[in-house]
Amino acid sequence: MSKIDAAAPAAISRPYADWLRRERHSRLAVRAAQLALLVVFLILWEVLPRLQIINPLFTSYPSAIWPTFVGMLKATPQQASIQAHTLATVLATIAGFTAAMVIGTAIAAALWWWNALYKVLDPYLVVANAMPKTAFVPIFYIWLGATLSIYGMSLAISLFITVLMIYNGFQGVDPNKIKLAQSFGAGKWQILRKVVLPGSVPTLIAALKVNAGLSLVGVVVGEFESSSLGLGYLIQYGSQIFKMNIVMTAVTILAIVSSLMYLAIAALEAAVMRRR
Amino acid sequence: MPQAKVELKNVGLRYFGREGETEALKDISFTVAPGEFVAVIGPSGCGKSTLLSLISGLAPPTEGAVLIDGKPVTGPNRKVGYMLQQDYLFEWRTILENTLLGAEIQGAPMAKARERARELLTRYGLGQFLNHLPRQLSGGMRQRVALARTLCTAPDIVLLDEPFSALDSQTRLALAEEITEILRREAKTVILITHDIGEAVSMAERVIVLTRRPGQVKSEHAIRFMSDCGRPTTMAAREAAEFNTYFRTLWQELDIHVED
Repeated sequence: MSKIDAAAPAAISRPYADWLRRERHSRLAVRAAQLALLVVFLILWEVLPRLQIINPLFTSYPSAIWPTFVGMLKATPQQASIQAHTLATVLATIAGFTAAMVIGTAIAAALWWWNALYKVLDPYLVVANAMPKTAFVPIFYIWLGATLSIYGMSLAISLFITVLMIYNGFQGVDPNKIKLAQSFGAGKWQILRKVVLPGSVPTLIAALKVNAGLSLVGVVVGEFESSSLGLGYLIQYGSQIFKMNIVMTAVTILAIVSSLMYLAIAALEAAVMRRR
Repeated sequence: MPQAKVELKNVGLRYFGREGETEALKDISFTVAPGEFVAVIGPSGCGKSTLLSLISGLAPPTEGAVLIDGKPVTGPNRKVGYMLQQDYLFEWRTILENTLLGAEIQGAPMAKARERARELLTRYGLGQFLNHLPRQLSGGMRQRVALARTLCTAPDIVLLDEPFSALDSQTRLALAEEITEILRREAKTVILITHDIGEAVSMAERVIVLTRRPGQVKSEHAIRFMSDCGRPTTMAAREAAEFNTYFRTLWQELDIHVED
């Protein structure tokens, strides 16, 4: 016992060491609970259909997903490989939220620049944002065709909320910081570049978080209608021929893709916020 | 008489709103000589800060004219440095980058500006913090960075808008002394806005008292100390016999009642 005490850095007092240990324990407990929840869910999903408590035709099993996944790794004449499906969805999502960020920031900057423009467009933006964009999937299909309608839906579903969020961020920049820049003789363009945009970085990241998720939704529902490629298409196809294995494999990959996207954005946020 | 550095001629300012118009300042005339340190005090809401916006060219007066070196002010002027009530340092810029903001905006040669910024920050005791972020500094240090940022563009005239109001009282006294010394040494023309009578008397050579809204010049008071070696420091001024006399006079001039 005394040996351990001697090895510990002298600066750490006993109560502080205890506190640190409790802190670490409670952190581990949360992780364990999260993991346990996932395991319980997977066990129920595996066992309940096998015991015929729920119909396996509706839910498939976790253990059926892996063989299905492995089987789909190779393309057949009728069906592209699972990698191709996943890649199509991921690329369309990245294109969707990148476009939403770029176009959304540009529109928000225009609204900031011309206040009258914002006053005129404000109600339309709010209504456009509140519209159930997924209702437009069939219309987009007619207007834009099979591929473009997916990008279109991905953009439509995330653009308006992006504009509203970023514009709000621009408005939230301390007017005194703008006054300070003006006292040095800054023009509107300099204020945008040196004060408003860098001051809105936390908002930009928050908007990215929101619209990465929304873009994925847009891509998947777009694919329901109009594609022969993509995870949305696989879900649609699998349920039409009543092969839940395919549906659940696609859904599982979607869950993994959105987790990875979340982690990537969280890492970006941490990197940016270290500077603040 | 030499030409005034800053001159206000019958300046008035009115704000317009849907509920009506507000007269913030009315018929204000005064001059500030080159190198002079003038304080403007007045009851809260009398338009003191607005006065600085007019002198800095951020807002045009509705009546009268503001002249700097005899020329009418039409917009922000490079001769004028403006220090606001808080430091408003940009949290995404380092201390050095914050100090360089004015030079960047004005398109000054950056190598020279960087050298000057380093020199100023070092002189104000911030030499080891050049690459720190504002959040790593205390309130007093941050306000010193704000001073360096203001002086980095080498203005002749410095406008101080209650520059210590966000600080705790000890830091406030120490920084008032420090900043007064710096501005005197560099022979800047200074206009200080404050609601703190002690600050005005200890820092300025002349105090202008404004009435409540609409702000008008009520009186001007030259502040002189019978000191052996020129103008005393702000701390010494606070201990001088004359301090209390000036304080009492200005307090009565302000005519503050707790009811309002």
